[in-house]
Amino acid sequence: MITETLLTWTARFISGVSVRWVDSQPDTCQRVYFANHTSHLDGILVWSALPTPVRRLTRPIAAKDYWERGFVRRHLHQVFNALLIDRKEIKVHQSPIDLMLREIGDTHSLILFPEGSRSPGHEIGEFKSGLYYLSKKRPELELIPVHINNMNRILPRGEYLPVPMLSSLTFGPPIWLEAGEPKLEFLARAREAVVSLKDQ
Amino acid sequence: MVEDWALLGVVLALLSIATGAGQWLKRQTSMRLDERSVSTFNSRVQAWWFFSIVLGFAFFQPKLTVILFGLLSFWALREFITLTPTSTGDHRALFWVFFLFTPLQFVLVAFDFYAFYSILIPVYAFLFIAARVAVSGDFQHFLERVAKIQFGLLICVYCLSFAPALLYIKCKNMEGNFANARLLFFFVTIVLFSELLQFLCNRLFGKHLIAETIDSNRTWEGLLGGAAATAVVGLGLYWATPFPYWWQAGAMSITISIMASAGAMTMAAIKRDRGEVTSGTLIEGHGGVLSRIDAICFAAPVFYHVTRYFFGAA
Repeated sequence: MITETLLTWTARFISGVSVRWVDSQPDTCQRVYFANHTSHLDGILVWSALPTPVRRLTRPIAAKDYWERGFVRRHLHQVFNALLIDRKEIKVHQSPIDLMLREIGDTHSLILFPEGSRSPGHEIGEFKSGLYYLSKKRPELELIPVHINNMNRILPRGEYLPVPMLSSLTFGPPIWLEAGEPKLEFLARAREAVVSLKDQ
Repeated sequence: MVEDWALLGVVLALLSIATGAGQWLKRQTSMRLDERSVSTFNSRVQAWWFFSIVLGFAFFQPKLTVILFGLLSFWALREFITLTPTSTGDHRALFWVFFLFTPLQFVLVAFDFYAFYSILIPVYAFLFIAARVAVSGDFQHFLERVAKIQFGLLICVYCLSFAPALLYIKCKNMEGNFANARLLFFFVTIVLFSELLQFLCNRLFGKHLIAETIDSNRTWEGLLGGAAATAVVGLGLYWATPFPYWWQAGAMSITISIMASAGAMTMAAIKRDRGEVTSGTLIEGHGGVLSRIDAICFAAPVFYHVTRYFFGAA
C-alpha cells in the first residue's frame, strides 16, 4: 500500500506525465492495454496512470528472469501484481498465452507491450503475435491502444538514471479482433491504432 | 511596518483590478479582440496571483521562497528540455543538470554564497556540460546540442535564481526587517505589471511591429509606452523600495520593463522555432510554466546587479 503510493508518485514525478483518454474512458471491465515500449518505466507508468480501482485489477506483464532477481524486484512485482512470463523456457503445453488467460480469469486486465522488447529509436517496431492469439482465445476482451510519448528520452535504453522531462500517455478507443481477420492484418491494425494516437 | 502592509494592500488591489479587467475583456465579443491575447492576458494575471502568494511567504520564511523558486526553475527547465531536441548522448549531462546544478544553485542562493552562485552555472556548469557531452562520444551537431542545454540552464535556473537572491541583498537604505521581501515584491510586481501595460499599449497605440515573424502583437509603441507607464507605477511604489530618490525607482522600473519584454521576445522566438508541434500533448497538461516566467528570467539578474552596484552596502 505504501509502496504503491510511493511508486505511483515517483513515476508521475520523474515522467511528468499528462494522461489523456481520447474517445475512451477508464473502466473496470476486462481489458488488454497494449503500448509501445521504449523504457523500463513504461509498465509502471501505464499502471500508475490508471485510476486506483482500475489499477487494482490490472496486471502488467513482465519478464520472469528480470523480476525474480533480488529482494527489491521481487517485492516490486508483488506490488504491481505483475504477471511474470518466462521468456527463456517456453513449453508447448504451458504457452504464455494460456498462462495469461488462466491468471486473469474473468476479473483482471493486462498491460502488455507487443513489440516484445524496448525499441531503440523513435519508430514503433512490428508487433509480435501474442496479442493476436490472446484475442483469438478471448475475442470479447477490449483491446485498448496506449501511446507513450517521450519516455525514450526520459530513460533511454541502456541508461539507469532518468532525466525528468515531460511525457504524455494517451489511451485510445478499444479495438477487437474481427471474426476471421488474418494475423498480420490484425497486428498491423493494432500497431496503427497506437501510432495514430501520437498526433491526437 | 506600515510599508509592508501598504505594499501588500496595493498589490492586492492591483491584482483585483487586473482580474476584473481580464474577465471584462473576456466577455467583450463586440470589440473584435484577439481571443488568444485575451486568454494570454488572463493567464498572466493568474500567474501574478500565484507569484504574490509565493512571495507572501518571503515575509516570514525567505528560505521557503527560495525553495519555491527552485521548484519553479526545475519545472521550467524540464519544459525547456522537453521542447528542445536532445540526443541520447546528452543523457548523462542532462542528469547532472537536473539533479546537481539546479538544486545546488538554489542552495547557494539560500545561504547567500554570492561569490559561488554567481559563477556556478556560467563557468562550472558551462564547462562541465561541454565536457560531459564530449565524453559520451556523440559528435553529431555537438555545438548545437551543448549550446541548447547551456542556454536552458542559464535562463531557467541561473537567471531565475536572482529573483529570490534579492531576499539576501544588502543595501544602504534598507530599513525594517522586511525590506528585502519588499524589494522582491516590488520587482515581481513591476515585471508582471509591465507585461500587462505593454499588452494594453500594444492594443491602444501599436503601429510599428518590432518583429512580425516572432510576435505579431509586439510593437515599438507598446514597448516604449509600456515602459513609460511602468515607470509611473514604479514611482508610485517608490516608498516600498530601498532606493533613496523617487526617480531611481522609476528608472529601475524602465530597466525592468525593457528586460521583461526582451525575455518575452526571446522565448517567443524559441517557441516559433520549435513550433507548436512538440509542445502539443507534452506541455499542455501543465500550463506552460516557461512562458509565464520568461520576463522574470530576463529582468531578475539585471535588476539584481544594478541594485547591488548602485545601492549595495559596501
